[in-house]
Amino acid sequence: MEQVPAIELKNISKSFGNKMANKDVNLTVNRGEILSILGENGSGKTTLMNIIAGIYFPDEGRIFIDGNEVIIRSPKDAFQYKIGMIHQHFKLVDVFSATENIILGLNEKGKYNLKAAAQKVKDISSKYGFEIDPMKKIHEMAVSEKQTVEIIKVLYRGADILILDEPTAVLTPQETQKLFAVLRKMRDDGKSIIIITHKLHEVLSLSDKVAVLRKGEYVGTVETAKTNEAELTEMMVGKKISLNIERSEPKDCVDRLVVEHLDCVDRDGVKILNDISFTAYSGEILGIAGIAGSGQRELLEAIAGLQKVDKGEIVYNNPKTGSHDNLRDKTPIQIRDLGVRLSFVPEDRLGMGLVGNMDIIDNMMLRSYRKGKSAFLERKAPKDLAEKIIKDLEVVTPDARTPVRRLSGGNIQKVLVGREIAASPTVLMAAYPVRGLDIGASYTIYNLLNKQKEKGVAVIFVGEDLDVLIELCDRILVIGSGSITGIVDARTTTKEEIGLLMTKVRDAQGGEEK
Amino acid sequence: MKKMNFHIVKRDQVSWKYSFLIRALAILASLLVSAVVITLLTQKNPIAIYSSMIKGAFGSSLRIWSLVQNIAVLLCISLAVTPAFKMKFWNCGAEGQVLVGGLATVSVMMFLGDSLPYPALVAVMILASVLAGIIWAVIPAFFKAMWNTNETLFTLMMNYVAIQLVAFFLKYFVKSGSGVLTPMPEYGLPVIFNQPYLLNIITVAVLTAVVYVYLKKTKQGYEISVVGESENTARYIGINVRKVIVRTLVVSGALCGIAGLILVGGTNHTISTTTAGGRGFTAIMVSWLAKFNPIYMILTSFLIVFLEKGAGQVSTDFRLPSAISDIVTGIILFFIIGCEFFLQYKILISKNGKEND
Repeated sequence: MEQVPAIELKNISKSFGNKMANKDVNLTVNRGEILSILGENGSGKTTLMNIIAGIYFPDEGRIFIDGNEVIIRSPKDAFQYKIGMIHQHFKLVDVFSATENIILGLNEKGKYNLKAAAQKVKDISSKYGFEIDPMKKIHEMAVSEKQTVEIIKVLYRGADILILDEPTAVLTPQETQKLFAVLRKMRDDGKSIIIITHKLHEVLSLSDKVAVLRKGEYVGTVETAKTNEAELTEMMVGKKISLNIERSEPKDCVDRLVVEHLDCVDRDGVKILNDISFTAYSGEILGIAGIAGSGQRELLEAIAGLQKVDKGEIVYNNPKTGSHDNLRDKTPIQIRDLGVRLSFVPEDRLGMGLVGNMDIIDNMMLRSYRKGKSAFLERKAPKDLAEKIIKDLEVVTPDARTPVRRLSGGNIQKVLVGREIAASPTVLMAAYPVRGLDIGASYTIYNLLNKQKEKGVAVIFVGEDLDVLIELCDRILVIGSGSITGIVDARTTTKEEIGLLMTKVRDAQGGEEK
Repeated sequence: MKKMNFHIVKRDQVSWKYSFLIRALAILASLLVSAVVITLLTQKNPIAIYSSMIKGAFGSSLRIWSLVQNIAVLLCISLAVTPAFKMKFWNCGAEGQVLVGGLATVSVMMFLGDSLPYPALVAVMILASVLAGIIWAVIPAFFKAMWNTNETLFTLMMNYVAIQLVAFFLKYFVKSGSGVLTPMPEYGLPVIFNQPYLLNIITVAVLTAVVYVYLKKTKQGYEISVVGESENTARYIGINVRKVIVRTLVVSGALCGIAGLILVGGTNHTISTTTAGGRGFTAIMVSWLAKFNPIYMILTSFLIVFLEKGAGQVSTDFRLPSAISDIVTGIILFFIIGCEFFLQYKILISKNGKEND
């Protein structure tokens, strides 16, 4: 018997200005099937899903639901066709409970009955194996619980087709496994699930079929059972690419940066860093793993002199003079005046590391403009540096006079990392340096970090992809709720071990898998 | 889909020729629309009205001098607000800063005019006006830097304080009790080549070049841009944001003080509560229209002053209420500002899913 697909897209195209976001995309998802949409950043995955969810309207193409052609003009229309989307950024009211958020905006007939609604939420939870307290307030929830609320919200509304946009980006490995178990149950219940991701191993472990997009173009759909990582990467990138990071043994390690008993408190008096002690050695890459917002940013900013420190020491051992300088309570300028060669690639590239409206030359000047006694700017050296970085790192830009905000994410990052490395640092800190970058650009950055390590730089790398952390780093420091929960050897550790450490403080009883 | 659809897309970069064409078309369109409105409202010949406007601005050598002098004053105040605006410090207090600069000048003229030798008098006038402008600008800057107060409200309120200070001065120190201070040209700024406004004009011309270089070529100017674009980036590279805010407003206030000096010491030789005459606010428009570029500001301040002068002439020539000339001014400004939209965005019309430019 030929099955009628739950949802079918035919020749969908959508462009923004001159940019084709989707071109001639064809997709089919059956009932009881999980389809992964795989593609690099900017390949048009989210645009495509927004078209199905009624947020964008396609320029061309047709959509069929259960074999009937439909026109989806708004999220409301999508909801009528039982399509539910779980966005990457949650849309929940913090001071409401789970149930209140779930029934918010529903126009149900009859009296407002929170108890009945809570019961229904419980029923849905037990049916698919969610763990949720329907009366818990959102602001008391961990990220994974919030995601659960979002999923139940669309199920409560009777969704049969679920779209999840990068659902694992915010989860630990354990939480990811739990989510996948739930999704499999839903599949067995006959729901159709579309999951957007760029992580290959998730695609392989979860989905029945994979559709690959590349720069807006539809490359094809393959059955997961009949493919492998190498083939999918090739489809995604368009050429064969080696996914190995060459890790050398650390050489001539000396204590470069010693952090001892560091405490930081935010404006509301809440402790964001709690008794942090570690040493960064020269010639090694120290990884920092943790759930987003566990204090990674504050730690790096405290070292860079941007975050007020309440207790503790940050001691820098100067390789030239042999002196031991305490960087605590020093401004970035004072730190530089001490002769500390500290480079910092912050998480917020255009909001902190670079000025989007300035051209590449003026952005090079950020680090060096103070040089010399003259009151006037000297643009010759920055211009040479800009041109050198454009050439060496293959930055795609019309010229050095182009404002950096016009460049793509990968090229912006090359400009920033290039500038920070050009200062020939002895300590290089990088926060999420490959976020939003395509595979090629990511590997360029990994190589740059590795080269710095070989030069004897103490590299501190805050990352989110545990696979990369394990492959790239020498040691991994795991941070949870502002405390160090462990420092492990990257050569011997496993993702599961790091995952457990990540949740150690936050979740004392720790939900074990199955 | 048979429906006609259009959407708006941001442009990448506009060629020099294209932007020139758009602006020229905008001015042409504004003149046409104004002509229609004038004919409909007054049954007068629009060409006659336009020629009267030109006559009002350029009709005689005296008028040309007055036009250029007015441009100079407006330009000076526009130069003053620009460094602050580049830093995204919304200084709406130029009006007050100019006024206290003028008040300082007139006080020196009045109280020290007889006792000091002339060169020393001029030096003290310059010093006093600049200092007064700086104080008026630095107070809100200091509060902004230390406690992040809202600079827009603060500077606006400082304007009222300045106006009341002038009113107080006129009430208590004008001996006749009329509240009108008799001009004291004998203590004014020196007149060169027998042209009363020439010194003012030269001063502002020099200041324009100085501010241009300051913003584009100096380290301090660079710091202003960085703080304006992103305070986080400024912190990240170790710029002392508080210091830059206060320092920039010192520059801003000093220039306003000089504008006050030019108005009082170099032009009116007296003061009233309306000496600044709203120029402190017009200057904001001049600065924005020129996208904070001091060289373009010469053009934008010319445009504003020309419209003002021309409109005044139209009112007298045709015995029209001044509202008519305000309408014309409004229409012309509307088109000039409105055409910026077409320089930043383009409209795509899509028919049957196909897009045409």
